[in-house]
Amino acid sequence: MYDLIVVGGGPAGLSAACAAWDSGLRKILIVERDQELGGILNQCIHNGFGLHYFQEELTGPEYAGRFIELLGQTGVEVRLDAMVLEITPLREVHMVSRNEGYRIERAKSIVLAMGCRERTRGAIGIPGARPAGVYTAGAAQRYVNMEGWMPGRRVVILGSGDIGLIMARRMTLEGARVLACVEVMPYSGGLNRNIVQCLHDYHIPLYLSHTVTDIRGDRRVEQVVVSQVDERRNPIPGTEMIFDCDTLLLSVGLIPENELTRQAGIEMDRRTNGAVVYENMETSLPGVFACGNVCHVHDLVDFVTAESQRAGAAAARYVLDREGSPGEPLLHVKNGDGVTYTVPQRIRPGRVEKLCQLFFRVNRVCGNSEIVVSSGDTQIASFKREHLAPGEMEQIALPQVLLARAGGELTVSVREVEDT
Amino acid sequence: MYDVMIIGCGITGAAMAYELSKYELKVAVLEKENDVAEGATKANSAILHAGYDPMPGSLMARMNVRGVELARQLCRELDVPYEPIGSLVLAFCEAQRENIKELYRRGMENGVPGLQVLTGDEVRAMEPNLAQEVVCALYAPTAAICMPWEYCLALAETAVVNGVELYLEHPVTALKPTDQGWEVTAGGERFETRYVVNAAGGEAGEIHAMAAFCPFAIHPTRGEYYLMDKSEGGRVSHVIFQCPSERGKGVLVAPTVDGNLIVGPNAQAVEGEDTRNTAQGMDYVRERAAESVPSIDFRQSIRNFAGVRAVADTGDFIIGPVDGAPGFFDAAGICSPGLSAAPAVAEYLTQLMGEGGLELKKKERFQGKRSRVRFNRLTAQEKRDLVSEQPAYGRVICRCETVTEGEILAAIHSPIPPRSVDGVKRRVGAGLGRCQGGFCGPRVVELLCRELGISPGEVLQDRVGSWMLAQETKGGGRHV
Amino acid sequence: MKELTCIVCPKGCRLHVDEEHGYAVTGNGCPRGAEYGKIELTHPTRVVTSTVRCVGGRYPRCPVKTDRAVPKEKIFQVMRALDGVELTAPVRTGQVVLKNVCGTGADVVATRSLSC
Repeated sequence: MYDLIVVGGGPAGLSAACAAWDSGLRKILIVERDQELGGILNQCIHNGFGLHYFQEELTGPEYAGRFIELLGQTGVEVRLDAMVLEITPLREVHMVSRNEGYRIERAKSIVLAMGCRERTRGAIGIPGARPAGVYTAGAAQRYVNMEGWMPGRRVVILGSGDIGLIMARRMTLEGARVLACVEVMPYSGGLNRNIVQCLHDYHIPLYLSHTVTDIRGDRRVEQVVVSQVDERRNPIPGTEMIFDCDTLLLSVGLIPENELTRQAGIEMDRRTNGAVVYENMETSLPGVFACGNVCHVHDLVDFVTAESQRAGAAAARYVLDREGSPGEPLLHVKNGDGVTYTVPQRIRPGRVEKLCQLFFRVNRVCGNSEIVVSSGDTQIASFKREHLAPGEMEQIALPQVLLARAGGELTVSVREVEDT
Repeated sequence: MYDVMIIGCGITGAAMAYELSKYELKVAVLEKENDVAEGATKANSAILHAGYDPMPGSLMARMNVRGVELARQLCRELDVPYEPIGSLVLAFCEAQRENIKELYRRGMENGVPGLQVLTGDEVRAMEPNLAQEVVCALYAPTAAICMPWEYCLALAETAVVNGVELYLEHPVTALKPTDQGWEVTAGGERFETRYVVNAAGGEAGEIHAMAAFCPFAIHPTRGEYYLMDKSEGGRVSHVIFQCPSERGKGVLVAPTVDGNLIVGPNAQAVEGEDTRNTAQGMDYVRERAAESVPSIDFRQSIRNFAGVRAVADTGDFIIGPVDGAPGFFDAAGICSPGLSAAPAVAEYLTQLMGEGGLELKKKERFQGKRSRVRFNRLTAQEKRDLVSEQPAYGRVICRCETVTEGEILAAIHSPIPPRSVDGVKRRVGAGLGRCQGGFCGPRVVELLCRELGISPGEVLQDRVGSWMLAQETKGGGRHV
Repeated sequence: MKELTCIVCPKGCRLHVDEEHGYAVTGNGCPRGAEYGKIELTHPTRVVTSTVRCVGGRYPRCPVKTDRAVPKEKIFQVMRALDGVELTAPVRTGQVVLKNVCGTGADVVATRSLSC
């Protein structure tokens, strides 16, 4: 019987396992489906990671490497090339691997850290032919950075998420011609710095409020048709631009990978596509925690680390202290005006030490704004921001004293304030 | 000299090859693509129809009803996923009640067993997610869902195991009558055969015309589909059709054998093999499907596709010998319900060829069983035993569908090995799931390279010309 | 006055750089932004991240980076220089792959370890 089984050895799983070790757990197992730890960071060879956490700019493999090194100093067990097939409500973890065969391990606590996957062509229903040459940006990134193969020579990118922008630069550096980056929304889904250093630096045009309306080519992509869209995101006839290309990369969003979570009967939030979690990242199944991109899609890995450390520490407290009691005070966090989701969705003020970190995303680009937290008709806190965008994750810290005074539910909303 | 050459290895050609492989005959199949099931067989509703739809007395009606009867046994013997879940045809207003009754009468005349007309409430008790507007429905318990790719592959594989030769990438370009039969030119090679079977699907007209005057025309009709995530797979538990009306045959909603939901098709006349999806077609499918099952969440779509059905202008299947072309037999115009009818078409055509002089002597040793490992359908104990014996089954390659390296290796070394990533997908399901190969694609490429001794640059997505990777990084670049 | 988006950190501050008054920067959230604003208008630089060939390791490529920013106009020269590099596993993080690449003063270093 393990104290803790961590499902996934990417940045979330690594941080959670290290934190649980530091909090006193000794029998910990990480199950990782790939042949090495580090998750998607291994293929994210660009820099920009770690500014918050390490105060220095690292590449993905370096960031992962630091945690793999830290993990090496603990006694945490790692099972690589092993796939978890099922998690039961009794915290039995079914897993299979070439070396260990099919096994069922039991755990006192579980951290879900499976990460996310990319949205595909099918999810957004791009019309046209179905030739080879349509890849998700992440799949292309794996081919280029790890396998050393270029998926194409002339490229159009749909979606301006960070992976798409990074791949625009990467493909260009390796000799491909990136003809355009196309974004259906009137604003970019990626970080501004990436627009500058991945598109502007290489004179790659960004078409906002545009989308791909046709893919042509029988065996391999030959052309992509791009059209402008109206406010309701419907293509405007007569605005078609034709690009001669052999590749279309898709960077159209990430989806938390929660098949195991759902199968275990854990309550889900349909906005985050992740589990509903409490202030300590615990799910509706006691002793089972979720953190990182499997819980909600983050913009920066640094925040994944911070969140996962909380989850790991909380798993340790669950095993060692058996804290909590039925009937303890509980706050439901509601999405108010302008807010798409919050994590956590539930807070038990009694378990918050000083501050409760609350992540959320907004549903539109806002200038000077006030983030208002209220309970019933009473405003309990407000925070000012100069800029908010759906592509960026926001966070606020709510003091325990304020939470203790609130009753029933909290609403987080965003109000744009007039420039003075 | 072959006894029989079959042109086309879709479901009809494969069923014919399977049927003929039971006899002491030298048989070959010529397929223009690099895999079997590359035409209409890989892009359809994946349904075995009960047989109430075709006009009584037509070949379609006979072949359909007999075909589904044969399919039940055949799918079991060949380990093809098959579930007899039954179908419902919905009527949405009183006027359509008459159409339902008409279908019932036709079905009775065609000999379809177990048909019943149910009230709206009875239907909703069976299928709680159906629209409130449904006033009645025709229930057909013998309708089934199956995996068309594997159905075709299993038939072709069994034929190959029993001695049939399969020539892939061999498009037929000429047919010439000889003293003993026919000279067939395909893929630049010449073959001699006594009999020819035309199972060329959309191109059956062209093939026929190489042998004799072609009295029929094939009108390609495209149908577009949505394939939905397994989270939508439980919306319905039967095949849900709509009553044919002035707005067309309607759009169906059905579970798939893998637990997904399939929605479609529309019907659009096209030129040739035009399998593009269109915004209009996809809108139409969504709107019409919502009339039957309003709660379908189309955000859970994982793939759109389209297939072209080979509809003959005669309004019926065209099966049999051809005047003025002795030894040449058609199996043409096999549109829907072609998947349902295939084994019956093969049985009937074999009988006709026997009457036409083909000697049919049963083989003493016919290997009629086929099976494969499906890791995700095993029990925990079976998985445990399998992996301890063969560790390659412990390495999961496709995590969406839980397909293992063992299954992929078995496919690569099977009687009809895949030549592409999609060929692997069709055989074992890797890449069929919600991430559509984003994760397992590179790993499947790696396995194909390793097992076939080829470079990643040579790996195909699907058909010839569908290259995946352009060149290696480092050195090949243009570098402005 | 020039307007720039700062790329030093994910925040992406909007900078205003006064070219006529000693490249004075406003709108920056931290001192590094002021530095970036000035450099970007006088002699822009970037860190280059890429890969090099590697034999004997788990993957045929090893990720690398320049250990400091190099002049922007030399990026493609650096890329060409990397085309000629081939490592042999084992490789360790931080290992110098190419010294003083293209005379920029920057070394190219491996950003991951690759065992045999």
